Amino acid sequence: MTVSAVAQSAAAEAKSGTVTAFPAVEPAKAVRDTRPLRLITCGSVDDGKSTLIGRLLWDTKAVKEDQAATLRRDSGKQNDLGLPDFALLLDGLQAEREQGITIDVAYRYFATDKRSFIVADTPGHEQYTRNMATGASTADLAVLLVDARVGLLEQTRRHATIATLMGIKQFVLAVNKIDLTGYDRARFDQISHDFKELALSLGVRQITAIPVSALKGENVVYDGKASMPWYDGPTLVEVLELATVRSAQTVGFRLPVQRVSRPGESFRGYQGTVAGGSVKPGDSVVILPSGMVANVTKIVTFDLVRNAAVAGDAITLVLDRQVDVSRGDMIVSLESQPQTGVAFDAQLVALQPDGIQPGKRYWLKSGSRRQRVTVQPSSLLDLKSGKWNHHTDALSMNAIGKVHLSFDEQAVFDSYEQNRTTGAFILIDPDTNNTVAGGMITAKRASLSGIHTEEGRVILSLPADLADQLMATELFANRREEAEIRRVSAGKASELFDDIDG
Amino acid sequence: MPHTLPETELHNPQTAKTPLDPHLKALENEAIHIFREVAAEFEKPVMLYSVGKDSSVLLHLARKAFYPGRVPFPLLHVNTGWKFAEMISFRDEIVKKYDLDLVEHINPRGAAENVTPFSHGSALYTDIMKTEGLRQALDAGGYDAAFGGARRDEEASRAKERIYSFRTPDHRWDPRNQRPELWNVYNGMIRKGESVRAFPLSNWTEVDIWRYIQAEDIPIVPLYFAKKRPIVERDGMMILAEDPRLELLPGETKREEVIRFRTLGCFPLTGAIRSQALTLDDIISELETATVSERQGRAIDRDQSGSMEKKKREGYF
Repeated sequence: MTVSAVAQSAAAEAKSGTVTAFPAVEPAKAVRDTRPLRLITCGSVDDGKSTLIGRLLWDTKAVKEDQAATLRRDSGKQNDLGLPDFALLLDGLQAEREQGITIDVAYRYFATDKRSFIVADTPGHEQYTRNMATGASTADLAVLLVDARVGLLEQTRRHATIATLMGIKQFVLAVNKIDLTGYDRARFDQISHDFKELALSLGVRQITAIPVSALKGENVVYDGKASMPWYDGPTLVEVLELATVRSAQTVGFRLPVQRVSRPGESFRGYQGTVAGGSVKPGDSVVILPSGMVANVTKIVTFDLVRNAAVAGDAITLVLDRQVDVSRGDMIVSLESQPQTGVAFDAQLVALQPDGIQPGKRYWLKSGSRRQRVTVQPSSLLDLKSGKWNHHTDALSMNAIGKVHLSFDEQAVFDSYEQNRTTGAFILIDPDTNNTVAGGMITAKRASLSGIHTEEGRVILSLPADLADQLMATELFANRREEAEIRRVSAGKASELFDDIDG
Repeated sequence: MPHTLPETELHNPQTAKTPLDPHLKALENEAIHIFREVAAEFEKPVMLYSVGKDSSVLLHLARKAFYPGRVPFPLLHVNTGWKFAEMISFRDEIVKKYDLDLVEHINPRGAAENVTPFSHGSALYTDIMKTEGLRQALDAGGYDAAFGGARRDEEASRAKERIYSFRTPDHRWDPRNQRPELWNVYNGMIRKGESVRAFPLSNWTEVDIWRYIQAEDIPIVPLYFAKKRPIVERDGMMILAEDPRLELLPGETKREEVIRFRTLGCFPLTGAIRSQALTLDDIISELETATVSERQGRAIDRDQSGSMEKKKREGYF
């Protein structure tokens, strides 16, 4: 579909005569054959972010006339092109209007005939890392905005780093205000080159750079060929239409149990949203953390008894035997299980003024499970350089850190890299009940240095048979997770001790 | 009281219904997830039911979320006494048909002080009958969570609303002090007296609502469909002129027009639109070419700039 077709059908007036590069799609009725794409926009007021989002909403007809009229009435302001002041449209709260700044994450909705979009609109100012992390947590794609006259800023790196950390793998760089450089192609090429280097250093490979004038509406929804004949790439909306939505279907089956449904004696179902993989009747599953095994007999939904469910589906699962399953448990595939343990490593974004205190006991909520946890920060991300500084204690608000998590009871996680649902969690301060951090699991910890740091560690070298007897004891078995074991030859063991002493 | 429930008995599945498209399916899944989460985490949830199209979708999703069980919380209708008569008969029919528990509340000040939209003006009337009425009903029920059908695309102040929207013991909403909400992990921890409003339809747009009503064959109040109805024009709005309490002002005349309503509230404050939309298909195509927003017909949004935000801070839904 060409740009003009997109624009026209968005205006709901495409009836005929549009030249399309792809087979014609029926124009009048919206066809939604994909899930909504969730994206986040990052940039500052100076970069023209409000104008860009306003332009997206305006050119896709997501803003209605009465809303525009209210804006005109409120502000009496219009821009040079006779359009309403987009910043006013977006800064919805009176408190913000008074201060002239955006203070929180706002969600915007627009659609083309191909797809619908949910935009998390977050403020670009430095102290609002928390808002960006919030918006990025659900996003499939990040649009980073820079001013063509200025190029990349320190905050561009900061935004890209946070987006990457939160698991976003698709970036669009909107080089805005290109009109104010006289549509300077060399300038655009230089900025996109700089950005690609930055993105690659963060491990992001899906990058599109677009020269944009949000004010004039060039390369946002409509193309900018008249001013930029040298640019033959996609418009912003075209990139968004073709972007992929994240899916957790390729990993193992995961069902965090939200509630147990027992409407009568004869029915017992486990309700939740599939957080990974797929399931069908007959599959063998494990209930974690208990480790009990059962088979799936039925997948019940309101509409029909289904023969399969995939990631994202809200279902009710019926098992073939009476097992003890309660809210917070996770039903998973037998073959591919998540990690179970009492110690994990994670990355955290601190969201509140009190920061994250070492050794304090928080509530951790992941999926439907809530449990007590102690947090020990170990390093801090320097957003300016993108480097990790080791040996940190507390994390202050907006800080991003690596931490050790120590649980009182067994916890169940995947790594965030593998699963953005079962690898994600929030921390809740038990004193205020507020959400104080968002976190992403990186790995299970083999040792428990988080809890027993003060006791240090002892390396023993024992004859194998004696070690086996010790490990068979109940005392050892109960704390098996805390021990690291390597079987080596006597010669190797004495070399190792020489190394330590030497 | 345990009773046996084969899962096909609670409703009659449509014959070979076509599956939802992935867009609506994703929205449905998210809403069901929120319903289950709130029902599991809170002691005494309630669902705000306004009888409108969004409430109809909300109710349908609640039934889906807890199937094969019953909807495990009551519906609360904050009535004003000035709703369209067809809304009330529809409501009672639905409650009976789906075996629901309905709690109705009308602010007693309405009758005691004779508060009407005509005598008190839309702003004060809404404040007393809706905002205050809602607070009374929530306090009386001791509810710690209330589901609402609000959507973020409805109005500017709602764009920043959370899915779990935290309220103080006096039901106040502080837009500057909302809890961050990451992924689909919701923080339901509250102190005694505090509560949350939960919005399963946050990410739905008006078109989504209508397309879902169509796809799922959800019953709605007939006032949404065009029909020749008696109206009177007042303050630039076409008001339904059926209720005997509506007194014509000097210069006003009653006439018949083919109209329908895009939103439903109190009849004296809800403007009709001229429309020929007789079917859901008609409504959807009308909507896709619409150039004004759905709240345009609502008097209360336009009282003053930032008016909805003000109402929300004070406890209006």
